[in-house]
Amino acid sequence: MFSDFSRDERIFSFIILGGLVVAGLAMAIAGRGDLLSTHGWLIFGLSLLAFFAAVRQFDRPEPSAERLSEYYDAPTRAGLVLTLIWGVIGMGVGFWVAALLAWPDLTFDVAWLSFGRLRPVHTSGVIFGFGGNALIATSFHVLQRTTRARLPDAISPWFVLLGYNLFCIVAASGYLMGLTQSKEYAEPEWYADIWLVVVWVVYFAIYMRTLARRKEPHIYVANWYYMAFILVVAILHIVNNLAVPVSFGSAKSYSLFAGVQDAMTQWWYGHNAVAFFLTAGFLGMMYYYLPKRANRPIFSYRMSIISFWGITFMYMWAGSHHLHYTALPHWVQTLGMAFSVVLLVPSWASAGNALLTLNGAWHKVRDDAVLRFMALAAIFYGITTFEGSFMAIRAVNSLSHYTDWTIGHVHAGALGWVAMITFGSLYSLVPSMFKRERIYSNKLVEMHFWLALAGTVIYVFAMWNSGVIQGLMWRTYDEAGTLSYSFLESLDAMHPYYIIRAFGGLLFLLGAITALFNVVMTIRMPAMEATPDRGRDLPAEPALQAGE
Amino acid sequence: MALKERDEFSGQMTTGHEWNGIKELNTPVPRLLWAFLATLSLFAIGWTVLMPSWPGVNDYFRGLLGADQHQAVRQSLAEADVAKASWSERLATEDFATLAGDDAIMTVVRQTGPALFGDNCAGCHGYDAGGNPGYPNIAEAPMMWGGDVETVAETIRVGINSNHPETRYGQMLAFGRDQMLASAEISALADYLVSLQGQKSLSAEETESAKTLFADNCAGCHGEDGTGMVETGAPNLTDAFWTYGADRSTIRHSIYDGRQGTMPSWEGRLSSTQIRLLALYVMDLRGATP
Repeated sequence: MFSDFSRDERIFSFIILGGLVVAGLAMAIAGRGDLLSTHGWLIFGLSLLAFFAAVRQFDRPEPSAERLSEYYDAPTRAGLVLTLIWGVIGMGVGFWVAALLAWPDLTFDVAWLSFGRLRPVHTSGVIFGFGGNALIATSFHVLQRTTRARLPDAISPWFVLLGYNLFCIVAASGYLMGLTQSKEYAEPEWYADIWLVVVWVVYFAIYMRTLARRKEPHIYVANWYYMAFILVVAILHIVNNLAVPVSFGSAKSYSLFAGVQDAMTQWWYGHNAVAFFLTAGFLGMMYYYLPKRANRPIFSYRMSIISFWGITFMYMWAGSHHLHYTALPHWVQTLGMAFSVVLLVPSWASAGNALLTLNGAWHKVRDDAVLRFMALAAIFYGITTFEGSFMAIRAVNSLSHYTDWTIGHVHAGALGWVAMITFGSLYSLVPSMFKRERIYSNKLVEMHFWLALAGTVIYVFAMWNSGVIQGLMWRTYDEAGTLSYSFLESLDAMHPYYIIRAFGGLLFLLGAITALFNVVMTIRMPAMEATPDRGRDLPAEPALQAGE
Repeated sequence: MALKERDEFSGQMTTGHEWNGIKELNTPVPRLLWAFLATLSLFAIGWTVLMPSWPGVNDYFRGLLGADQHQAVRQSLAEADVAKASWSERLATEDFATLAGDDAIMTVVRQTGPALFGDNCAGCHGYDAGGNPGYPNIAEAPMMWGGDVETVAETIRVGINSNHPETRYGQMLAFGRDQMLASAEISALADYLVSLQGQKSLSAEETESAKTLFADNCAGCHGEDGTGMVETGAPNLTDAFWTYGADRSTIRHSIYDGRQGTMPSWEGRLSSTQIRLLALYVMDLRGATP
C-alpha cells in the first residue's frame, strides 16, 4: 500500500492520519465520562498505529512512473478480503440472533449480548460491512476497466476503503455499547455519520475524476448504477441523519425530525437504502461480471436504459409503503403504493436483461458454479422485486406488515440477490486480481453454491410460513367478536420456524466461511508469471482521448 | 470506437460500444415489456383516481371512492362494538352470580378469556395460570387477597403494590437484613416451614422453639396456624403452593431479605368488561363458579 504512494502522497497521508489522531484524542477528552470517549480512544489508537506503520515505510523507494500506465488494483484486493471477513462476522451474528429468537436464554443476562444490540451488528455487518466493501472493491475495478483509465491517485481509494471500514467498526462497537439513534439501518450516532459523509464525498470524487479521464467514449451501464448508488446514498444519509448532538462531548443526539415526519423521512431513507445500496450498486456489479463471465453481449442496451431510469425515478417515491395504516396521511400511502406497483416493470426488465444475456451461454451456467451464482442472483432479484411490489399493495400489507413475511422478503433479496451476485463476482474477480491462475478449489465453489441456495430456500420458506401464520393469527376473530389468539400463542406457533430459519442461516454462513477459506487459499497459491491472453484486460495505455 | 456487428447467436446488431470486451446488443425493448408497463401504469393511475392521492398546497385529492382511513377505523370499531354488544354491556353491569349462571355469557368467557389472559396475564402467571417463580399459581393455589370473584376482579382493577391510589399493599419484612431475627432463628423457621411440608422431620424441642418464633414474628400476618390472611395478603405457609419456591434456601432467603411482589393495576388499561371477564375466566379455570 504505502510503497504505491508518491512522496507527496506519503506526506499527505501523514497529515490525514495525524488529523485522525488529534480528532480521536479530542473526542476522548471532550467525551470524558461518556461513551464518546471510548470511541475517541478507539480512533486515537487505530490511527496512531497506522501513523507509526506509515512512518516506518516513509523511506521506501518511490514507485516507478510506469505504474501510471497500469490499473490500480491494490485497494480492490484489500476490499475483497474485507468483504469476506465482514461477511463471516455479519452472517455469524445473524445466525446468533436467529438462535436468540428461538432460544431467548442465549443472552446469558449480558447487556451487550441482548437481541437489541446484536441485531444491528448483524444488519450493519452484512449490509455495510459485507455489501459496502464488495461495492467499493468492485466499483474501483469496474470503473477502471470500463473507462480504461487508472484511478486518479493512490491515496483517495485507500482513504475511502479504510475510512469506510473505520465507520463500520465505530458503528458496530457502538451498537454493542448501546449507542444508537434507533433509526433502522441508520443507527450510528452523529460523529460516525459525519465521518461517513467525508468518506463518501471522496468516493464520489474518485468516480468523477476517473470518468473525466476516460478513454472510452461512452459510459458503461455498470457505472451509471455505481454512480447512482454513491450519489443517492449520500443524499439519503445526510438528510435522514440530520440531528443535533446533546453536546460535542456526548455521543447522544436528537433527530431534527419528529413524529410522522420522522417516520416518513426514515422510510424514505430505509427503502431507498434498499434501492440504491442493495439494488443499484449490485446491479452495477451484475452488469459487469455477468456478461464478462458468460462472454455474451448485454441482451438489450435499450432495456438497460429504461430499467435504469425507471428504477432511479420510481424508487424515490415508494418509501411510504412501509407506513401503510399508520398516522401517515392516506394520500401519501396511496402514492407510495402506486409507485411501488409500477416499479415492478423496470425491476423485471433488469432481471430479464440479465437472464436473456445468458442466452447462448446457458451451458456455462450449468457447468460453472460462479456464473450460476450470478444467474441465480438475477432470478432471486426477479422473485424479490415481484414480492416487494405485491407486499406494497395496501391490502396485502395489512396481512404481511409487522410479520416475519417482511423478514423473509428481505432475506430473499439479501441472501438470494445481494450475496449471490457478490459471491459470483468475487469468485470471478479474485484469481485475476491476485494474479493466480484459478481459484483454489472449484469443488468448494460448487459446494458453496449449494449451501447458499439451500440456506436461502430454507430460510425464506420458513419465514414465509411463519409470517403468514402470524399475520393470520393476529387477525382471526371468534364469534364473540374478540381476538382468537393471544400474542404468546403466535410466538409458540413461530418457534419451529425460528429453529428452521436458524438452520437455513447456518448453511448460508457455512457457505460464506467456505468462500473465505477458498479465497485465502487462492491468495496463498503461487503467483503466475504472466497473465494469459484469455484473462487480460484492455490496457490503460495507449492513451486514447475521449470521443476519439 | 468499435464497429457495429451482428451477433451470431441472436441475430441482433450490437450498439458498437465496447468496454473491456463487453458489448451490447441493440435489441428493441420487447412488446411484452411495453404492455406490462402500460398495464401497471394504468392500474397505478387508476388507483390514484379512486383513492386519496395527489397533494395540493393546502389539501389533497380525496379520490372518487371517498375512502378515508380514519373513518375506516372508526367504522370498524363501531362494527366491532355492535358484534360484542350482546354480551359486553351485560358483563360490565350485571352481578357475577347471574353472569356465571348464564351459559351464553360463560361461552363468551371461555372463548375470549384465553386470548385476553394470554395477552395480559400469562407473561407472569403463565399460559395455564399455573404461576412462575415470583408469580403465584392462580389456577389452584388459594388467592392471597381473597378468592371470591368480586375480590379477584378488584385485585385485577387496583393491582398489588401498584401505583393505583387504592392499590392492595403487602410486604414481607426483611427479618434478617433489618436485624429483627438472628441468622440461627431464621434457619430454625425455615426448617420448621419445610417440616410442615413433610420434607424434613424436626425434634419436638426444635418444633416447639420454632413455633414460639413463628407466633412472635409471623403469626401477625400469616395467622396463628400459618394458613395465611386475606386482610394482609399473606400466603398460606402450610400448603404445597409457594410463590418463590418451596426449598429451604429460597424460604430462608424470603425470611432474610423479605418480599414485595407487585401486580400492576389494570384499571384504565382494560375496560371493566374485560376485567370482569378475566375474573370470571380465572374463577372458571379454578373450577369455582361463583
